[in-house]
Amino acid sequence: MSQPVIVECHGIAKSFNSEGTVTAALRGVDLQIYQGEFFMLVGPSGCGKTTFISIIAGILTPDKGTCRVHQNTYAELSNKAILAFRSKEIGFIFQSFNLIPSLSVAANVAIPLIIQGMSMDQALEKARTILGDVGLQDKADMLPNRLSGGQQQRVAIARALIHDPSLVICDEPTSALDHESGQKILTLMKEMSRRARTTFVIVTHDPRIFSYADRIAHMDDGRIIKTETQEGAFHVL
Amino acid sequence: MYGIALRMLLGDRGKYIGMVIGIAFASLIMSQQPAIFFGLVSRTYSFVKDISLPDIWVMDPGVQFVEEHKPLRNTELSRIRGIKGVAWAVPLYKSLVRARMPDGYSKTVDLTGLDDGTLVGAPYKIIGTDITDFRRQDAVFVDKEAAQSRLRVNLKDGTTRPLLIGDVLELNDKRALVVGYVKTTRNFVLQPQVYTTYSRAMSYTPPDRKQLTYVLVKAVQGVDLLQLCRDIEQTTGLRALDAKTFEDVNLNYWMKNTGIPINFGISVLLGFIVGAAVVGQTFYNFVQENIKHYASLKAMGLSASVLVRMVLLQAFFVGTIGYGIGVGLTSLFGIYFHDSVLAFRMPLWLMLFSAIGVLTIVLLAAFLGLRRVLKVDPSVVFRN
Repeated sequence: MSQPVIVECHGIAKSFNSEGTVTAALRGVDLQIYQGEFFMLVGPSGCGKTTFISIIAGILTPDKGTCRVHQNTYAELSNKAILAFRSKEIGFIFQSFNLIPSLSVAANVAIPLIIQGMSMDQALEKARTILGDVGLQDKADMLPNRLSGGQQQRVAIARALIHDPSLVICDEPTSALDHESGQKILTLMKEMSRRARTTFVIVTHDPRIFSYADRIAHMDDGRIIKTETQEGAFHVL
Repeated sequence: MYGIALRMLLGDRGKYIGMVIGIAFASLIMSQQPAIFFGLVSRTYSFVKDISLPDIWVMDPGVQFVEEHKPLRNTELSRIRGIKGVAWAVPLYKSLVRARMPDGYSKTVDLTGLDDGTLVGAPYKIIGTDITDFRRQDAVFVDKEAAQSRLRVNLKDGTTRPLLIGDVLELNDKRALVVGYVKTTRNFVLQPQVYTTYSRAMSYTPPDRKQLTYVLVKAVQGVDLLQLCRDIEQTTGLRALDAKTFEDVNLNYWMKNTGIPINFGISVLLGFIVGAAVVGQTFYNFVQENIKHYASLKAMGLSASVLVRMVLLQAFFVGTIGYGIGVGLTSLFGIYFHDSVLAFRMPLWLMLFSAIGVLTIVLLAAFLGLRRVLKVDPSVVFRN
């Protein structure tokens, strides 16, 4: 890879203590992700994928190790600085979309800009533009629950990208969608990634979308057990 | 983000309306019940307040409220008139007497006898005639509201009619001719009020050495009222109170000797508790149902302080709308029942009291919601 590194994690370990039982979720993860990469993190349930992306996003703090994203080491930043960094540089796509049902599609998409302090009117205007990019301009004033699952995930993609983040973290983006919708969503995400050279880190169980990845990291029992390039991923299929 | 917060709130119409109704109900109870209470207690001294001309009321030391008849010797009037600082003093008779109605039934009425010469203490509004008719033979004036309700006359066909001008009553077997109506502020004991002159009132009561109920005193301008009260008390051995103090004496008597404050207090407390429970629970549910959205906003970089303000805004918005509706309904209630048997008085500070009650409920609800919002881990957005 000749691209600059955007995510660099070394020796990440994280345990959770639940009613006296300590469970190790991550046991020393090292990983580099490059700018513009379409990266997938796969593995069985409970292998630590979600914990790892939470640490990459700066939502969780590791017990050991360091995580550096876009030249910022979380351990060196204040909570306020982490929040500001996250609001500017990271976009999120969730498994169940997490669109606020009482807000219009455009208002949902505008949220990241409003968090950054942009006025509602300006943010809504920009939201309408990006909704056009994901093919939903005519749905801007509808409520999310009037849309199909695929359309809702498109809205989530627009929300994740509206503030031009350098990194988008996606949690099982196709698990709530049928196969055809899932393929369309991945095609759209890949297109958006290529267009703005945005890095996508995707956690997934769905082997049908592995072919979209530039690189795949396989996790098990809190560790990355192997990484594969696109060719390798095809072999898995 | 505040616009987003309000849209989140208003978008969940069921809960929004539920919370507004809860607050409106609490606000209604917390303003309406005290308004009735204060209306009621203000009637305990309405008679004193209506007679605004005298500065001092002189009475038997045992009098606890204005409708209580503890007569004085008639000679006390002359003694009081002789005290330095007294500009004028007039007698006032007040007592409950039995009245025989034109249909033969008996009713208890609150008879007031006014000074024959000055008519000090006459009601502020005379209806159907004018005040000079007090001097007509056997003339009495009857409270118009009572004439149309509690003093209605039974007819032979089973129906009733109001007590009319020209009707004749018997007060202790003496003729009393209704020559007009008066408009009075309702009093606490709710007996129909009948007015006549002092001398005629004396004729309606059994002869006694003591008949005078009150002496109404006007002080010479510039005289210290408290000092004058002390002088009157020292000279006569009676009790002399300035009008405001006498109002308080009436108020305190009824407050201490009836269960009214505790009964209304319980209603207000219940309104507060029910309102707090409804709004607290609904708001908590609202927050609970939106918790994943708050978590998403946190994950997207929204600070906890902004989240706190969003939740507070949602709570205060509900509180303001609910309070407005509640106090509005109370005001409509007051307007509708104005000048009726139902007492109602809502001073501005009572609205403030209700607002503080609503504010407490809102803060309580916001506190419950905020605890949940602040504790939510944004990483839950990755767990389904």
